Parts: sequence; C-alpha cells; structure tokens
Amino acid sequence: MERKSKKAWLYLLPSLLFLAAFMVYPLIDVFIYSVEEGYNSASQSFFGYGLYNFSYVLHDPYFIQAVKNTMILVVITVPLSTGFALLISLGLSSIKKLRDLFQTIYFLPYVTNTLAVGLVFMLLFKQTQQSPGLVNIFLGLFGIDPVNFLEGPYWAKMFVLCFYTIWVVLPFKILILTSALASVNQDYYNAAKLDGTSKFRTFTRITLPMISPMIFYLIVTGSIGAFKAYSDAVALFTTDLNAAGMNTIVGYVYDMLYGNSGGYPSYASAAALILFVIVLTITCINLLISKKISI
Amino acid sequence: MADYTDYEKIEKSAKVRQTVRKTLIYIFLGIWALVVLFPFYWMILTSLKDYGEYANEIIPKFFVLKPAVENYTSGFTAVPLGIYLLNTLLFAVATTGIVVIVTIFSAFAFARLNFRGKDLLFTAFLSLMMIPNELVIITNYQTITNLGLRNTFTGLILPSVTSVFYIYLLKENFEQIPDSLYNAAKIDGTSDFKYLFKVLVPICRPTIVTIVILKVIECWNSYVWPRLITSNEAYYLVSNGIQEIRENGFGRQNDPAMMAAVVIISVPLIVLFLIFHKKIMEGVSRGGTKG
Repeated sequence: MERKSKKAWLYLLPSLLFLAAFMVYPLIDVFIYSVEEGYNSASQSFFGYGLYNFSYVLHDPYFIQAVKNTMILVVITVPLSTGFALLISLGLSSIKKLRDLFQTIYFLPYVTNTLAVGLVFMLLFKQTQQSPGLVNIFLGLFGIDPVNFLEGPYWAKMFVLCFYTIWVVLPFKILILTSALASVNQDYYNAAKLDGTSKFRTFTRITLPMISPMIFYLIVTGSIGAFKAYSDAVALFTTDLNAAGMNTIVGYVYDMLYGNSGGYPSYASAAALILFVIVLTITCINLLISKKISI
Repeated sequence: MADYTDYEKIEKSAKVRQTVRKTLIYIFLGIWALVVLFPFYWMILTSLKDYGEYANEIIPKFFVLKPAVENYTSGFTAVPLGIYLLNTLLFAVATTGIVVIVTIFSAFAFARLNFRGKDLLFTAFLSLMMIPNELVIITNYQTITNLGLRNTFTGLILPSVTSVFYIYLLKENFEQIPDSLYNAAKIDGTSDFKYLFKVLVPICRPTIVTIVILKVIECWNSYVWPRLITSNEAYYLVSNGIQEIRENGFGRQNDPAMMAAVVIISVPLIVLFLIFHKKIMEGVSRGGTKG
C-alpha cells in the first residue's frame, strides 16, 4: 500500500507541480496584490495594506465604461445568440438534404483565429476616404444613410462588436443545440402527431422542456464567455480600447498590467477580483433560475 | 365521391404548405450560411486585389480578374509571417504534447491507483476548474518575468500545460474500462506503466484525440498570454503577429496585403477542419467552451 501510494503521487507529480505554481499560488497572490497599496512593479515595494485599490478601480471612469460595455455585450449577445442558435438548429433538424453541408459551414467560425477574422469584419464596416465601406453601401440600397461604424457613435460601435461576437459564438451553440434536438426521443413527436397537436404546441410542450437543460447550460457558459470578451474588441478597435471607448473588463485588467498604461498589478488584481465576483453572482442567479423553472 | 375529392384537396393543400415551409427553412438557413461564408469570401477576394486598384475603388468589386499574388509573397518578405507561423506551430505542438502526457498520468492516478486523500485531492482539482484565467494571469505574468522567461518558449508554454478539465474528461473515460482488464494485466506481471500505455491509452484514444483537437484550437487562438509575455517579434505567435502587422506592418491602409496575411493564418486550421470535421465537431460538443 505504502509503495503504491508513492507511485500514485509520482504519477500526479507533474500536474500537482504545474497547478501549484500556476494556479494555486497565483490565486493566493492575486488577493495579496489586490490589498497592497501603492505597489511599484519596478522596485517591488508598497506602502501598506488596505482596500484603496478597489476604490480606485471602482472610481476609475475607464473601469465604469468597461463594466458598462461588458454588461451591454452580455445582455444583448447572450439571449440573441442563444435564441438565434435555437432557430437555426430547429431549421437544421427539420431538413435532411444539405444538412451536413449547412452544419459544416455554420461551424467554420469556431476554427478560425478570432483576431484574424475580426480584421475582416473591421474591413467590412470601415469607412475610408474613397469608399463608405461595404456594409454602408449595402445599407444604402435600402436608403439608409452611411454610419461611421468603427469611429462613430457609441451605439454603432457596440452594434459591430455585438454582431461579431454573435457570429463568433454561434457555431458552438448551434452544435450543442442540434445534438440536443437529435437526442429527444422520437416517440414523443409521434404521439403528438397522432393526437393532431399543432407544430407550435409540440415545440412549447415537448421540444422546449426536453432541451431546456442544454439551453440553460448555453446561457450560463455564454454569459461567462461574454463577460470575458476581449480579443474580438481588439480586432475591431485596436489595442487602445480606452480611446475607442470600447474597453471590456478583461481589457481593463490587461491594460493595467501591461502596455502603455500598464505596470499596476494591484489595480489589475482588484479589477480581476471584481470581475470574478460579478461572474460568480450572475452564474449563481442563472443556476437558481434554471432550478426554479425546471422544478 | 365528393368526400374523396375533399381528401384529395386537403392532401394537396397540406403538401403545398409543407413545400412552402421547407422552402422557407432552406432560404433562412441559406441566408445564414451566406452570412457565415461572406467574410471568408471577402477575405480571400481582398487578398487578391492589387493595392493600387483597391485604394481607388469607390464601390468594391466582387471579383478579381488579375489576382495579385505578390500580396502573399509580401506576407513572408515584408513582415515575418513565416516566423509567426512556425512559432505558433511549435507552441501548439509542444503545449499539446505536454498537456496530453500530464493529463494521461494524472487521470491514471485518479482512476486506477489508490492512495490516501484521493477523493479530497480530486475535489480540490475540480474546484480549480472554477478559477478563471484572468485571475491567475497577473501573478503568472510576474512569475515568468521574474524568472527571466519573457520572450522564451518556456515562458509561453509553461502556464498552460495543465488543464483540470481534461484530466476530469480522461479520468471518467479510464474508469469505464473494466477492472478485470487491469487485474488480468497484473496477474500477467504487466507493470502499471505498461498497462497504461499498452491498454488504457489505445482504448481511450477518442478522448485523447478530443483533448488534442481542443488544445490545438486553443493554442492557435491564444492572444492574451503571448501578448503579455513576448515583446520580441522573433517569439510572436500568429495572434499578436497579425496585430503587429495591422498596427505597423505594410504601411497604412494596405488592406490587401493584410488580408493575405489573415488568409495565411486562417488556412491551416480550416484545412485541418475540412479533413477532420466530423471528429472536431464531436470533440467540441464533448468538451468545448468557446462561446
């Protein structure tokens, strides 16, 4: 037993070492950083302990803006992308021809580099001196005046960010929902058909309850993912997100850590902890709601 | 007789409605397929446009008669895209290799070996799954900097070689293999190590393939860590490489050359996907999280 025990620890050694060094220690350290006031990363010294870092971050207009942007992104993209993914999956599950082809096409964005393809979106929305940009030309066909999507009004920028985010997150959601729809027992549908139940009623009374666990799963993971949005915004609005007014919470954390305004790991830690608390709260609320509804 | 024609009518109208419904579904799905594909089309199209002509287009052309291939060569001559690609390949292979080995060892220990505190340790492992990367990256950045590992592959790779989720995934799979196989191997005098690599790993290959797929996609996409840890272009990965190209690459507004770089970066994963799309989609639905 003793020898066996030793052997087990030997097998676990690599993961234990890595987790201790790059997960557990940093996790403790982030709390310490967040309460060290006036930390200087050059001399690695600080004045004392306290909650000043949190109050600084919470009063920083850039952070407020980042929280606002992130919240809007979550509130818009999560329900829209989940609902839209459900529509597409329903469509997919009711056809036979071309189904595989459509599924493969829809999955493509998942395997692309978010930053690289984001540049294509930037190009599509970009206004130059010569050209109003492809999207504006398209909108012009419907008599809509050109909008400066990337450097114009806040809502235009937010629209582009939300649109790109939805484009990026849909593949995963469609994949999960189509397999959830396929796993619903066909007997229920046959019984409903025999009873002459309408399509809509079949959907609300059979399909929806059967796949609701998966929908909630997608809402929870989708919210967590949207709260951590960052590289999509960088692709569209360059690394100087504060200047564009499109920073996200994660972007704020990294800006504090690194880059032109960087060198403040304490502020970064405080902001990261605030993000963690927000995400944890939202996740708990989501789980509570899902439990209530399913009971 | 009248009843009979009624039925026929009902049947006919039902059929018409069915066809209309199907057509609408196809149109809806087709439109979304276009929305998904269009950026790829535009990326390839723009990458083939001559810069001089492109800069003077008021309404962009939807086709190219004389593809400008020099956009692609300039990706390797004007900017070091080849180095970025090579770095990313090296990073992805090394990270994925280490992840797989570490995961196999840990999953085996949790699934097959007995030791004191096993359940407690596994619970501790699982609870680490809740910790977001953003929380630990700050200290990791400091650690790697203090160790002098900035702008090295070691620094790039080290923090991302363990994933609790993959250990969990593989442990579940290992536990499905019947005990009798293990006991039989023990009676034959097979060592644990040999049993693990000659029996368990081959049987659980699908799960390991899943892990490889997910990790490679993650590596190809990773942006934040490489951006933090590399300031020397010789160590850039494709993500921060393309960002660098965009900010100071081909001179202002040379969109065709930039799009050529984007195509070059996107092609490897897309080709892999087109070859293994069944496997990749299966793997992602088992353990993907992006989105």
